[in-house]
Amino acid sequence: MNTKDGNASVPILEAHTTKRSLHRGVWSDLKRDKYLYVLGLPGIIYFLLFKYIPFSGLIIAFENYSPYLGILKSQWVGFEHFQRFFSNDDFYLLLRNTLAISLLNLLFFFPFPIILSLLLNEVRNSVYKRVIQSIVYIPHFFSWVIIAGLTYLMLSQSEGLVNELLEVLGMAKIGFLTNSNSFWMMLTAQSMWKEAGWGTIIFLAAIAGVDPQLSEAATVDGAGRFRKMWHITLPAIRNIIMILLILQLGSIMDTGFEQVYLMTNGAVSEVSDVFDTYVYRSGIQQGQFSYSTAVGLFKSVVGVALICMANFLAKRFGQEGVF
Amino acid sequence: MKKKISDHLFEVCNIGFLALIGLATLFPIYYTVVLSFMDPTEYYQGKLTLFPSKWTMEAYRYLLSTRTFIDALSVSGFLATVGTLLSLTVTSGLSYMLSRKRLRFRRPLMFLILLTILFQPGLIPSYFVVRELGLLDSVWSLIIPSLTGGWYVLLMKGFYDSIPDSLEEAARIDGCNEIGVWFKIILPLSLPAMVAFGLFYAVGYWNTFFSAVMYINDHTKWPLQVILRNMLTDPTSAMSGNGLQQLREGAKKMPSETLKMAAVVVTTLPIMLVYPFLQKHFAKGAMVGSVKE
Repeated sequence: MNTKDGNASVPILEAHTTKRSLHRGVWSDLKRDKYLYVLGLPGIIYFLLFKYIPFSGLIIAFENYSPYLGILKSQWVGFEHFQRFFSNDDFYLLLRNTLAISLLNLLFFFPFPIILSLLLNEVRNSVYKRVIQSIVYIPHFFSWVIIAGLTYLMLSQSEGLVNELLEVLGMAKIGFLTNSNSFWMMLTAQSMWKEAGWGTIIFLAAIAGVDPQLSEAATVDGAGRFRKMWHITLPAIRNIIMILLILQLGSIMDTGFEQVYLMTNGAVSEVSDVFDTYVYRSGIQQGQFSYSTAVGLFKSVVGVALICMANFLAKRFGQEGVF
Repeated sequence: MKKKISDHLFEVCNIGFLALIGLATLFPIYYTVVLSFMDPTEYYQGKLTLFPSKWTMEAYRYLLSTRTFIDALSVSGFLATVGTLLSLTVTSGLSYMLSRKRLRFRRPLMFLILLTILFQPGLIPSYFVVRELGLLDSVWSLIIPSLTGGWYVLLMKGFYDSIPDSLEEAARIDGCNEIGVWFKIILPLSLPAMVAFGLFYAVGYWNTFFSAVMYINDHTKWPLQVILRNMLTDPTSAMSGNGLQQLREGAKKMPSETLKMAAVVVTTLPIMLVYPFLQKHFAKGAMVGSVKE
């Protein structure tokens, strides 16, 4: 069965690759394509080095890793680090913060590009539409550092523009960035400002593929603007919404590491600490390698479980799913 | 057909709402530019100024005269050029290989690459690999660990899939080997895709921030984003002892706000310059950007 593809393109080699000489067939195929492998080699080495070798490093989650003894000789402790983590109050704090940030993202950040693309689709003037599109895509290319800078500029308590406005209006200044009650919402607002516009591209592309005759037929049948949105435009992007929702659900544990890392400060550490920042702090900064690897492994496993679950549910409800 | 009043109302509201969104996006950028050009005396008056009466380049002149900032600029420039070229080489080679259907072990290889998208071992094991390779405190630690990624390979392979085998065969019959085929046929054909991927890689490298925080202690090797972060978050504490005294001295003469915003503008400028070109390749980019490695 391996030889089928090969035969299709290079029939000359057919004689070599009969069932009897399968071994030789593999070898001659490899030899034939040696240049192809040379092209792919750097990439293969990359994936081995940076995506697969790290898997073996996961062993230290079950050890008391000591830099002097190395990975192979360090003491084996089984699930001790996991037990320590789950019985730690930090765990519930991290879980709460992660879930809260993800839930807010799901509620506000996720539907926003869908609404925005539906609205953009209704704009008759194509120049106006293009101008707005070009503007809202821009922030996607800004780094989180720049987003953080712009946020300070607008919202900081001492010099932020919004607070200066409040002062002019005779109102009290608000510490948007240092108030733990509004911190999660501030993160959501940041994400929306940065990525909502960009998120519309994929929906607008799908909407553009809808046969205009459908819309015309609906108009003849007396459907209004909103009925057409509901019965024609939305079904056209339903699959994409579903796929993105699956991905979103699968990444509940990922809460925008750089963003949180940049925006956190002493006043809000209680509500800003998430799994990634915790792993970074306890691992790289404090040197608890085994413990933080265990935390990271827990996060990854839950992430995979979530994405498989969401995919399964989507298929169950008659949608396509990601894989 | 006569339009209903509610239809008109919707259209007006829609246009108004979208204008507001556009304004909310542009305003912080505009205000940043204004502040960066503002004259110190005007800034110290403490009034809200949306259009300064006097524009000055002082902050920029100062910023670009400091060693720290120039070092950071050159590091980021290096990442965006050398990193992008290497990334393109590695990604396109692997994607092309995987797109050839006659290849042995193609399916298992594809599966192994897809798996890396789904499951990532986490921060610490990756840090260990970088450390063991002796890349800590080297600019290469910002390039090599992020050379390519599952999504990039998948997307670029999708592009190569559309190049038929027969084209290659024809060239081979004419006496070209695979490498020759690659350079003479595949590469020219894939130039538009390469430009698109290159732009997105370049933006990614220019925005490199966290890997530098993790892997690099030597402040002369910090990319722009790290320097900018230090300037932004806490100008006094972050700058002391990090070789940024020079910048702090300047901050005494000038409102630190002006200096910060000038730094933001300089950091953003290259992105704004390539933005019109990026725009042409959005369809591919939307997928590339959807998952960041």
